[in-house]
Amino acid sequence: MSEPTIAVTGVGFAYPDGTVALRDVDLHIHPGERVALLGPNGAGKTSLVLHLNGITLPQTGSVQVSGIPVTAETVGEIRRRVGLVFQDPDDQLFMPTVRRDVAFGPLNLGLDHEAVAGRVAAALAAVEITELADRPPNHLSLGQRRRAAIAGVLAMEPEIMVLDEPTSNLDPATRRELAALLLRLHVTLLVVTHDLPFALEVCERAVIIDHGAIVADGPTRRLLADGVLMAAHRLELPYGMALSGE
Amino acid sequence: MSRSHTHAPYHHGGSVIHRMAPHLKIIAAFGFVVAVVITPREAWWAFGAYLAGVVAVSVAARLRPGFVVFRLAVILPFLVAAASLPFLEGPPTWHGFSIEGLWDLWNVAVKASLGAFASILLASTTEAPDVVRGLETLRLPRALTAIMGFMVRYLDVVGGELAAMRVAMRSRGYQPRWLGEVGALAKGIGSLFVRSFERGERVYRAMISRGYAGRMPLEETVHATTAMIAASFAVPFAAVCVALIAIGSA
Repeated sequence: MSEPTIAVTGVGFAYPDGTVALRDVDLHIHPGERVALLGPNGAGKTSLVLHLNGITLPQTGSVQVSGIPVTAETVGEIRRRVGLVFQDPDDQLFMPTVRRDVAFGPLNLGLDHEAVAGRVAAALAAVEITELADRPPNHLSLGQRRRAAIAGVLAMEPEIMVLDEPTSNLDPATRRELAALLLRLHVTLLVVTHDLPFALEVCERAVIIDHGAIVADGPTRRLLADGVLMAAHRLELPYGMALSGE
Repeated sequence: MSRSHTHAPYHHGGSVIHRMAPHLKIIAAFGFVVAVVITPREAWWAFGAYLAGVVAVSVAARLRPGFVVFRLAVILPFLVAAASLPFLEGPPTWHGFSIEGLWDLWNVAVKASLGAFASILLASTTEAPDVVRGLETLRLPRALTAIMGFMVRYLDVVGGELAAMRVAMRSRGYQPRWLGEVGALAKGIGSLFVRSFERGERVYRAMISRGYAGRMPLEETVHATTAMIAASFAVPFAAVCVALIAIGSA
C-alpha cells in the first residue's frame, strides 16, 4: 500500500485545564481517499484536525504527513501539504478581495508573481468563481465565500484538504453544489461534519471519534447503517432516512 | 442573514478618475490638501481656483453635485464649533463680531471644506481595499496596511453582528429609548469585543495554516503609466503653484 498522506499514531492531547481532547488516536489516510470524520459535539474532531497541520503539536504519539513528522521545525512544509478549510469562511477570507486572499498562501510559499497569478487563476477556475476574483468577500453569498475559502487552500496545492463543517448554514441547493464540487476535485479529503447524508455522498470511508478516541473506521454506508453504533455516539440520520449496510 | 452590499463612500463608475492608480490619487489628494492648508486666508482668489479644480475633478469622475454636497455634511460639526470664533475673539469688531474671529472662521471653513472635498473625491473613486493597496505601494509599513486591511475587511462582519444583536434584543421585547439604547449598546459592544477577539484568534489560525510567518507577503504593486502620473498630478501641481503665488503676493 502507498505511503499514507496522514499517519496519526497514538496521539494524545489534553488542554491546560485538564480536559482530555484526544486519547491514543490512530488514523491513516492514503492518497486519493475521501474520509469523513464524524462525532458528536466535543468529541475531539477539531482538536484532531488542528494536529494535522501543526497548529497543535501532539503531547504523546506522532503525526506524519507523507512521511514527514509534524514538529515545530517542519510546520512550514506541513502547512503547505495540509490545507485546512475552516468552518466560518469569514475567518479564512481575511484579505480585502477574493483574488488577494487566494494569493495569500502562494505568496507565503515564496512563489514569484507570475506563478502566484497562475495558481490563483487555476484555483478560482476549479471552484468556478473566476468572475468573483476582484470582489470583496463581504459582498459574496455564504456559498460563494465557502468556494473562495476552498480556492485559497487549493492554491497551496496541498496533498490533503481538510474541511471543517463545510455544509454548516448552507441551503440545500448550495450544499448539493458543494458536494458536486468536492467530488470533482482530485485531492485527498478529510471532511469533518455532522451532515451525515453529505458524508455519505462525498466520502467512501468514515471515521467516528467520541470522547477523544476513534471508535469506528469503515465504509461510510456501513457505519451509518449501524443503528446501535450510531446511537451509542449520538449520531442520527435525518428524519425519514434509512440505510442498508450494503 | 443578508449582508451589506454597499461601501458608502465609494461611488461606482468607470471614469478616468476611477481608473487611476490608487497611490497616485492618494499623493494627489495629499498634495492638494497641503497646498490648501499653506495658502494665506486672505487669498480669496486662490480658494476660488482650488474650488474650480476639485469641481473639475468631480465632473470628470461623473459625481453628482448632490452626492458630494451630502457627504460634505461630515464637516458640519467642525463648522458649528468654528462659528463661535467671531463671538469669542476680541476687538476690533464689525457689527459686533470680532474681525479676527471672522477671518478665523473663514479660514477653518474654506480649508476644511476643500480638504473634505478632496477626501470625498478620493474615497468616492477608490474602493477602500484599493486605498489600502495604494498606501502599500507608497511603502507604508506593511503591519499598518495589514491592520487597515483587516479593519476594512471586518467592519461589515462586526457591523452585521451588531445589527443581529440589536434585532435579537428587540425580538425579546426590548423597547429601546435613547438612554436605554446607549446602555444596551455598550453591553453589546463589550460582547462584540470578546467575539471579535475570538475571531481574531481564528483568523490567525487560518493565516498560519496558509504559511503566514509573521510578515504579510509582498504583493504585486500597481504600475502607473507616465500619462496617468501626469494626469493625476495636474490639479495638485496647479494647486501648489497657486499656493506659492498666494504666499508670495501676501
